[in-house]
This record gives sequence, C-alpha cells and structure tokens, in this order.
Amino acid sequence: MSGEATQTYLPQGLPIPVAEADGLSAPYWQGLHQNRLLVQRCRHCATWQFGPEWICHQCHALDPDWTEIEPHGRIFSWERVWHPSHAALRQHGPYLAVLVEIPHASGVRMIGNLLGDPAQVVYIGAAVEGVFEHHPHPERPYSLLHWRPSSAR
Amino acid sequence: MSAKASADRTLRGRVAVVGIGETDYYRHGASPDPEFKLALKAILAACSDAGIDPRDIDGFASYSEERSEASRLAAALGTRRLRAATMQWGGGGGGCCAAVANAAASIVAGLADCVVVFRSLAQGQYGRFGQTTNIDTISGEKAYLMPYGILAPPQRFAMRVRRYMHERGVSQEALRAIALASYHHAQANPRAVMYGKPLDPAKYDASRWIAEPFHLYDCCMENDGAAGLVLVPAERAGEFRNKPAYVLGAAVGSGYRAGAIPHNSPHYASAGFEPVAADLYAMAGLGPSDVGVVQCYENFTGGVVMALAEHGFFAPEEANDYLAFDNLVAPSGRLPLNTSGGNLAECYMHGFELVLEAVRQVRGTSTSQARRNDVAMVIGGPMVTPVSNLLLGSEATL
Repeated sequence: MSGEATQTYLPQGLPIPVAEADGLSAPYWQGLHQNRLLVQRCRHCATWQFGPEWICHQCHALDPDWTEIEPHGRIFSWERVWHPSHAALRQHGPYLAVLVEIPHASGVRMIGNLLGDPAQVVYIGAAVEGVFEHHPHPERPYSLLHWRPSSAR
Repeated sequence: MSAKASADRTLRGRVAVVGIGETDYYRHGASPDPEFKLALKAILAACSDAGIDPRDIDGFASYSEERSEASRLAAALGTRRLRAATMQWGGGGGGCCAAVANAAASIVAGLADCVVVFRSLAQGQYGRFGQTTNIDTISGEKAYLMPYGILAPPQRFAMRVRRYMHERGVSQEALRAIALASYHHAQANPRAVMYGKPLDPAKYDASRWIAEPFHLYDCCMENDGAAGLVLVPAERAGEFRNKPAYVLGAAVGSGYRAGAIPHNSPHYASAGFEPVAADLYAMAGLGPSDVGVVQCYENFTGGVVMALAEHGFFAPEEANDYLAFDNLVAPSGRLPLNTSGGNLAECYMHGFELVLEAVRQVRGTSTSQARRNDVAMVIGGPMVTPVSNLLLGSEATL
C-alpha cells in the first residue's frame, strides 16, 4: 500500500514544481495532491506515456487521456547525492534519488527520493511503493511522490 | 536523386580549419573580461592564427544558448557582410561538433565563405552551471527532477551512468582511467587550468563523492573563457599559414525518443551516439581503427565510457580492460584521449577546446602529440540530445 509522508525528505526551499503555462502537466500535479498517480494513456492505441505530451507518440492522436495507476514499481537506477547544488541542501548531508520503472504502465519511469536511511544499500530491480509527500506551502502548495522498499515481488 | 547529387551530399574534404584561437582559460568567475569581450578575443586570435583580416569573416556558428550573438559580433568586428548565422539547438556540449557541421554546411552550400565557429562563457557574469539559485517555481522537465534534489548536471547524469555500469559491468576504475589521462595530458599543457595540479589514483579514490558514482574528478570543471576557429572552403586551404585540418565527416542527432522526459528515453543507458557514430563513419568512409586520437567531451567520465563504446573503439564488456591509463595517453597509447586535458583539466569551454585540440593534433602541434595524428575525432556532449561528432584529417587523408 502506498502511504503519506509526515515530514519532508528534503529541506524546504528547493524549486517548487508547477505546471507549464500551457497546462500540459497540470493533471499530474493535481493528482499527486490527491494521493493519485496519473500518467497518460492513449485512448486510441492504449500506449502509455510519461512525461506528458500533447500527442501520443505511437499513433499521433492528440490529447492522450490521463489514467490513474498504482504507485508500485522497481528501481531502474539510483544515485546517492553528496554535493549540495542548492543553498537549501548545504547542511543536509547525502540523500538518495531513484529512477523507478512502472511495469504495469509499460515501463514508464519517474524519479523520486528513496525514503529511509540515506546510507542504505540500493538494489537495481528492487520493488518499491510510492509515498505521497505534501508540502503545505502558503502560496503554492504542492505534492511529490517518493518511494520506499516494499515486500512485493 | 541522381548519383551525382547523392555523392555531393557530404562534407568530406570540402572545408578546412585554417585558424584556431582561444583566450586565457580561467576558473569560473575569474575572468577579468566580460563574456562578449572573451568571444572577441578568441575570434581575433583565431583570425591571427590563420592570417586573415577579421573583416573577411562572413558567418558565425555556435551552440548551447551562446549569448555572443552573430549580428553583434559582425557589427563589433566591422565584418563587410554577414551571410551565415547558425545556432545549434540543445544545451551542454552536444553542439560543439554540430556547430562546425552547420558552418561547414553553410560553406559547402555556397551560403558563406569564411565562417567562425566559437563558444564563449563567463560563468562569473552569468551564473554557474553547478549551482541552482534564484529559482522559485519550476515547470517542464526540471519540475520532475529539482524538487527531488536532481538540480545540477552531476545529479542529472549519475543515474544514467549507474544504469550503464550495472548493465555492462563497468568498473569505477574505468571511469578513473579517463580522469587520470586528462590530468596527465594537462600537466604538459600550459593553457590548462589544472596545469601543475597532477592527479594520481590515490587522490582520485580519496576525493569526495559529488553524486555516486561520480567522484569530484569524474566531473568537468566550470570555467570562463572563449575559443574559436576559422573555417573556409577546401580550395582556399592553401592560402593560409598553417597546415589545414580538413573536415572528413560530421554528424548530429540522437536516437528514437532520446528526448523523452523525465529519464524516459527507451535506450536509457546510452550516450546517444549509436545512430550518430554510424553517420559519421559513413560520411568519412572511415572506421574506428582509422582514428589515431580522440577528444571526447567529458561532462562526466561515465559518459566518455559510453561514447567511446558507441563509436566502436571497444565493446562495452571490454571497457574495463580497454580503459586503462596506459592505453589512453599520448604519444603511443592505443587511443590517446583528451590530449589537452579536456573539460576535466584544460578548460570547460563547453567542449570547444576539444575541437581546437583535434586541429592541433592534425597539425602536429599538441603539447601531448599522438603518434597517429592523420585522423582526429571529436565527440561532443555524451548523454544529452542532440549530440554531435566530427572527424578531422590532414591533406593525406583526402
């Protein structure tokens, strides 16, 4: 099962994600806010697509549908970041980011942080489940999707 | 299309580099000159090297959101006319060879006769690539990355390299050998920012992690400076004072959906050269065994591993054996690599310093001259899209 984080994995002050001016990714960000993971799926040819685009890359139908999927996947790659590339991270120490592949959406991938000990051993192929993290920013509330090891096989 | 028209569609042997020039290279923020002045200085140096009047330049070509724009350069230099002004799409160093290709294509197509290709950077004036500041909100590709701490290039590329190392069994020592070769060559190059600052395996191993699997020395520097070259039709190559370096081939692009964000390119564990390397060799009529010396853009050492494999110098599974220090150093390693010190140790001039070094190799004037120097390769911008590459050769290779 996916859960909800009670405190944020990285410190406040990093850039806040917002949809583009043309609204392309707005359903994705709104979905995270409601603990739902949405990716695109073409209603004509059933091709999965993430990140979003205005067209299905397979059949060229415009405006692919947004479809909710279970936030489960497998670690496709990972990195442990030590060097702070932002003032907000200066006193923070290492953190883990993972690239997660979603097998039940034809392997689309997404990036999040891997919750837990930043020194943990990370295995490519390990099963992970999503954890929604809500940032109640006064002007621009936003939500992220992180990952934690799961027992799913 | 007629056979003749098809045969005409090549850059091979049609244009030549007749002048190269660069400014002093500085640590980021250390340039006493603003960026546009750096561009002017490099262009004047390249014209002086060629022995041409800068007023005879009739085109400019650059890449990677170059700010020193062609019309301002033409006005500042008082060029008699401006005929070609080409900018290559795409960030990073993926365009460092594409800019040469675009300039060459302008000349071959009769659009221009004397094109300067260049890059200028003053990170002190315009901000560093390695730090993210003054961003409140973010959208597009970076919205999927930055809130998770994937902010600067090391973090953007570490996962791709990690996946490649996982799939292909590439060792940290292979990455280390690339850094050692660049630093070794920089010790012979007085232009190099890391001249006088040697690197050895223990120092590499002890260096801090930036983003695993990248140690500090796996990452390019950030620098200020400018570099440029002068390109003319091959039939004019003999008019100038230096030995010409002819374009034997160039290619630009990327594979199927390489630009699918975020990190959704189907062939993820790749530097992006598989179609582009084949195009380059086809245009040049050459293969990897013909190449005597390579300058390969090191944003990060891991990208060099991928790029060299994709250009056919070794199979990915042979990387750990092939990428040994002795194989990578001039004058007579199997494949002398980044013989000026490159982005790691000469100067991060967005890869344009690599193009100049390839010209020096063909001329025979490198500070780390390769024994086999008739054919010199440049590889631009592994892991970005589009990427590009270039083969230069002496008159004997035409």
